[in-house]
Amino acid sequence: MLSETKNIWKVIGASSLGTLIEWYDFYIFGSLATVIATHFFPKTNPTAALLSTLATFAAGFIVRPFGAIVFGRLGDLIGRKYTFLLTLILMGGSTFAIGCIPDYDTIGVAAPLLVLLLRLIQGLALGGEYGGAATYVAEHAPTNRRGYFTSWIQTTATLGLFISLGVILLTRHALDKDAARSITKFNDWGWRIPFLISIVLVFVSIYIRMKMSESPLFIKLKEEGKTSLNPIKESFGHKANFKMVLLALFGATMGQGVVWYTGQFYAQSFIENVCKIDFDQSRTILIWAILFATPFFVLFGGWSDKIGRKWIMIAGMFLAVISYRFLFNQLLQLSDISNKIEIYDLKQIKSNYTLLPNGQDTLKKTTITTFFADETKLNEVKTDTLYHNAGQKTLRAITTQSKSLNSATYWKMVFIVFILIVYVTMVYGPIAAFLVELFPTKIRYTSMSLPYHIGNGVFGGLTPFIATLLTTIYTNDKLVGLFYPLSVAALCMIIGVLYISNKRHLNVSE
Amino acid sequence: MNMFKRYAGIVWMLVSPLSIWFLLQTAISEINKKPGIDTKIQWGVFIIIFIPIGIGLLFFGYYALKGEYDHLPERSDELEQ
Repeated sequence: MLSETKNIWKVIGASSLGTLIEWYDFYIFGSLATVIATHFFPKTNPTAALLSTLATFAAGFIVRPFGAIVFGRLGDLIGRKYTFLLTLILMGGSTFAIGCIPDYDTIGVAAPLLVLLLRLIQGLALGGEYGGAATYVAEHAPTNRRGYFTSWIQTTATLGLFISLGVILLTRHALDKDAARSITKFNDWGWRIPFLISIVLVFVSIYIRMKMSESPLFIKLKEEGKTSLNPIKESFGHKANFKMVLLALFGATMGQGVVWYTGQFYAQSFIENVCKIDFDQSRTILIWAILFATPFFVLFGGWSDKIGRKWIMIAGMFLAVISYRFLFNQLLQLSDISNKIEIYDLKQIKSNYTLLPNGQDTLKKTTITTFFADETKLNEVKTDTLYHNAGQKTLRAITTQSKSLNSATYWKMVFIVFILIVYVTMVYGPIAAFLVELFPTKIRYTSMSLPYHIGNGVFGGLTPFIATLLTTIYTNDKLVGLFYPLSVAALCMIIGVLYISNKRHLNVSE
Repeated sequence: MNMFKRYAGIVWMLVSPLSIWFLLQTAISEINKKPGIDTKIQWGVFIIIFIPIGIGLLFFGYYALKGEYDHLPERSDELEQ
C-alpha cells in the first residue's frame, strides 16, 4: 500500500513537471510577443509581418488540435510514456532554439521563418502533451481518487503561466542595478534568458520521465493484443465514440476554455490595457492571485471524487456567467482616477527632444506624472513629431497612460482576480478525470486530446482576441469584450446540465 | 427529461448554421474594413477552424434529437458497440 502511494506520487511528479515546463515554454512566447516582434518581425517588412500573424494564430488554433490528433494516435499505438517524452523533447528543444536565433537585422527573413517553424513545433508538442500526462496519471490512480490525483496535472497550466510571468519579471529587473537600464538590456538581449533556461528544466524532466514505467492499463491492453490499430478512425469514425467527443467539447471543454482564458489572460490584459495599470503591477496582481488560488485545483479535483465532476464544473461556469460583468466592472472602478484628489504641487512635466534620422524632424516626448492623495500615480507619455516644414503636422500625437496603484487598491484587485481564478479551478480541476472517464483505454489519448485542445486552445485561446475586437467595434462599453466568454460559457453550461452524467468511479480499465 | 433533451437537439441544429453564417458575415465585413493580408489570414484561420466545429454542433444536435444521449455509457465496453 505504502509503495503504491509512493509510486503514484512519483507518477504525478514526473508527469506534472514535464507538463508544467511545456506550459511555461508555450507561455513565454506569448508573454514576450511584443519584444520578440521587434527582433524578428519588423513591421516595415511585409513578409515578416505576415509570418508574425501566422506564428500568433496558426500555432494556437490550428497546430494544437492537429498535435492532439498526431500525438494522440501515437500514444494509443506505442504507449503514453514514449509519446509524451517525445512531446517534451520537441517543446524544450524548440523553446531553446528560439532563444538562439539571430535577429532579423543579422540573418534577414530567415529569422522570422525559423521562429514561425519553431512556434509551430511548440503548438504541435503542446497538443500532444496534456492528453498523455492526464491519461498516464489517471491510469495509475485508484478509481475512487482519480479526480484528486489528476488535479495535480491540472495545476500545471496555471503554474506554467505563473512561472513564465515570474521569470520574465525577475530577468527584466536583474540585468542592471538601474531599473531603466535593466529594462533596456532585457528588451535588447535579456529576453532570450527565459527561453534558454528552458533547456535545463527539460533535461531534468526527461531524466525523471525516462525512469518511469508505462501505464499499467496500456501494458495490460498491449499484452492482451487489444490496442487500437487505427485510433483516429475508432475515435471519430465510430458513432459511439464520436458522439462522446462532441459531448466533451460542447458540454465541458468549450466552457472550461473560455473561463480559463478570461480568468487569467483576459483579466491581465484588461487590467493592463483597459484599466491602464503599469506593466509590473498588472503582472504581479496575476502572480499573487494564481499563488492563492492554485490549491483550489486540488480541492475541487478531490471533491469531484466525492460528489461527481459535473456539478462542480457547471457551478464554475454558472458563477462566471452571473458575475463576470460585476467583477470586471469593479476592476474598472478601482482604477478610475476621476474621483481621486490630485496633489497639484507634486505634478511633474518633463520633455525631451530627439533628432530623427532624416536630420530635420524632431521627436518630442513629454512625460507627465500626476500624484493623487491616496498614493495612486498616473504616468502619461505623449509622443509627437515636430516637422521641419512649418505647415506639416502630426495627425495625432501618441499618448500612453499607466497607473501605479496604492497598496489597498492593489490587493483589492488581487482579490478580484483570485475569485476569477477560483472559477478556473472549478471548471478545470475535475476536467481531466471527467475526460479520461468518457473514453476507453485503447483510444483515450486520441479521443480526449482533441476536444480538450479545441475547447482550451480554440475557444479559450480566442478569448483575448475576440474580446479586444468587440471593444474596437462597440467603443462605448468597456465590458463588451465579455460578451464572447459569457455566451460560450452559458451555451456550454446548458448543454452540460442537460447531457452530462454525474456518475462517479466509472470503469475505465478496458 | 429525455424528451426535452431530444427537442433541445433541434436548437443545437439551428445554432450551428446560424453561427457559421454569423462567422462568415463578420469575416467578410472585417476583411472589407481592413483588406490587408494579416486580416485575411486571421479570418481565414478562424473560418477553417470554426466551420468544422459548427458542423460538429450540427451532428451533436442530430444525435441529441435521435436520443443518442438518453443513456450515457458507464463501462468502456459500451462504447465499443
